[in-house]
Amino acid sequence: MTLVDVSAAPALPVRISGVQRRFPAPDGGERVVLRDIDLDIRPGEIVALLGPSGCGKSTLLRLVSGLDRADGGEVTIGGTPVAPVDQRSAVAFQEPRLLPWRSIERNVELGLPRGTARQAGRARVGELLRLVQLGHATGLRPRQISGGMAQRASLARALARNPGVLLLDEPFGALDALTRLTMQDLLLEVHAAEPATIILVTHDVDEALQLADRIVLLGGEPGIPGATIRRVLEVGKKRPRDRGDAQLAILRTELLSLLGVETHHPEDYITKAIKAQRAKRLAEPAGPDA
Amino acid sequence: MAASPEYLTGDSVVRGGAAGPTPDPHVTGEAAALVAVSAYGSSAVERRRRGGTPWRWVLGAILPAVLLALWWAASHLGWVPVFKLPTPESVVLAAVDLAQRGVLWEYIGISTQRVLLGFLIGSVVGLALGSLVGLSRLADSFLSPTIGAARAVPSLAWVPLLVLYLGFGEDSKVTLVAIGAVFPVYTTVAGALRHVDPHLVELGRAYGFHGLRLLSAVQLPAVIPAIVSGLRLALAQAWLFLVAAELLGSTMGLGFLLIESQNNGRIDRLFLAIIVLAVLGKITDTLVGLLERQLLKRWG
Ligand SMILES: Nc1ncnc2c1ncn2[C@@H]1O[C@H](COP(=O)(O)OP(=O)(O)OP(=O)(O)O)[C@@H](O)[C@H]1O
Ligand SMILES: [Mg+2]
Repeated sequence: MTLVDVSAAPALPVRISGVQRRFPAPDGGERVVLRDIDLDIRPGEIVALLGPSGCGKSTLLRLVSGLDRADGGEVTIGGTPVAPVDQRSAVAFQEPRLLPWRSIERNVELGLPRGTARQAGRARVGELLRLVQLGHATGLRPRQISGGMAQRASLARALARNPGVLLLDEPFGALDALTRLTMQDLLLEVHAAEPATIILVTHDVDEALQLADRIVLLGGEPGIPGATIRRVLEVGKKRPRDRGDAQLAILRTELLSLLGVETHHPEDYITKAIKAQRAKRLAEPAGPDA
Repeated sequence: MAASPEYLTGDSVVRGGAAGPTPDPHVTGEAAALVAVSAYGSSAVERRRRGGTPWRWVLGAILPAVLLALWWAASHLGWVPVFKLPTPESVVLAAVDLAQRGVLWEYIGISTQRVLLGFLIGSVVGLALGSLVGLSRLADSFLSPTIGAARAVPSLAWVPLLVLYLGFGEDSKVTLVAIGAVFPVYTTVAGALRHVDPHLVELGRAYGFHGLRLLSAVQLPAVIPAIVSGLRLALAQAWLFLVAAELLGSTMGLGFLLIESQNNGRIDRLFLAIIVLAVLGKITDTLVGLLERQLLKRWG
């Protein structure tokens, strides 16, 4: 797939080191939301952030985007610290955040990098809208479209920017199962055509397994306030991936048990599979395509 | 998004002053409330409520007709002495007389000009001040106490000072009208800008907008409904202040016609002036209302 080109930014590495974020608590004190986050993301890598609701996934994404500042530690993009509102990244927020007075097309236009030629910009917007299956809705206002459509428009807006780092906060959360799969494939196609570093927040374990090079599990630990990285799983399979793949199934089981979800597999099957998988990974730690 | 309550009351004062026997079906306060309701939501309800269904016009015309009939009866049947209540015909005759001498058009022209000029200047200043105070906390702390105090000064209190500084000419009158128009726009715009959806502002910032570009891309469009209702209130205030300006020291205009008629005991002309003010106020308000509807269609 090739898209109408606008000043393409090369994929950039993201480094999160020792990041902490506290928020004022209602009782006047402070509440630690994120602590000791260390994560090194390679240029062009797709990382999925997984974790229970309220653990700080959106907060972490905001820290990377520069919209929020860490209370401790540092986030760098391409080796330099993120600026307030860093233009090297583009965000698709958890809410669509479309401007109600603009048509969908004009909302997506907002994402174009500054200084894009009019013609090229229009062409790219039109193309992205077709890709997210909104070709028929370009002239509509946000209040005239469904939640899922709005979310796709918001995704198109972020893609329009063609950034070095793409930050997607539950980009497919409001979509039906089928559209969701289609959009996942679309994202991979866009990524193949215009490789950006992607950090993707999701609640969907299968989505993470389908898209991510690595899955980062955020969560709390007993007795310590604030969430941190509990586990990083290297998926290490070439994309596109077979959704029924056996190895993915094992990873899924592991992820679900880490998330505390009852999987209803026979007990010994889970434990056996996970143990085998762990042993294998320990034996060959660098093998991405093991 | 709603106009501040002070202005809603302020508006009803204006109505009481400027509106003659014609009752106003689109009370501006109601319009402001509607704007608030329909800021983002469906405007279908609004359209239905304000739509030009013929029976609405009929309904709206009933009360003026009744008032006219009562007026006619009261003056002709001697319920009220003629020196207090002229007959409707005599008012029409006064109008014809003044029109033939060209004075009526001159007065209407000059008064309308003063209102429109003052309204324009006041709106621009109000928009600028409101944007500044609504967007910058520093400007808010720095300016709003002073502006609030200036707003509290009754309109008539400015007149002697303006006459002293600017003389009896157009400048002092247009300035007074502008003073009247500034505050409704200022208050509604500043208030609305403070409450623009922070998510949308953040979105704008995330996509590289700041300063004036952010203002024009996100913040101003978001408060268009509030701006328009502020403009509507400002227009009503402008007419109020116009009469204040013309009552004291002028040689032309509808306010002058009022005071002159009072001095000459020409109650027919006095009534004429009041009715003309009501009609002009209603016409300009309707025009702004049309503008409002267009803008809401585009930005609402
Ligand atoms: N601006 C803020 N002020 C105070 N607390 C905040 C703020 N932003 C986030 N928090 C708190 O930080 C925690 C994490 O919020 P965040 O939105 O990052 O969660 P999340 O993991 O994205 O959840 P979800 O999956 O439901 O979207 C929450 O407990 C929230 O109350
Ligand atoms: Mg979130």
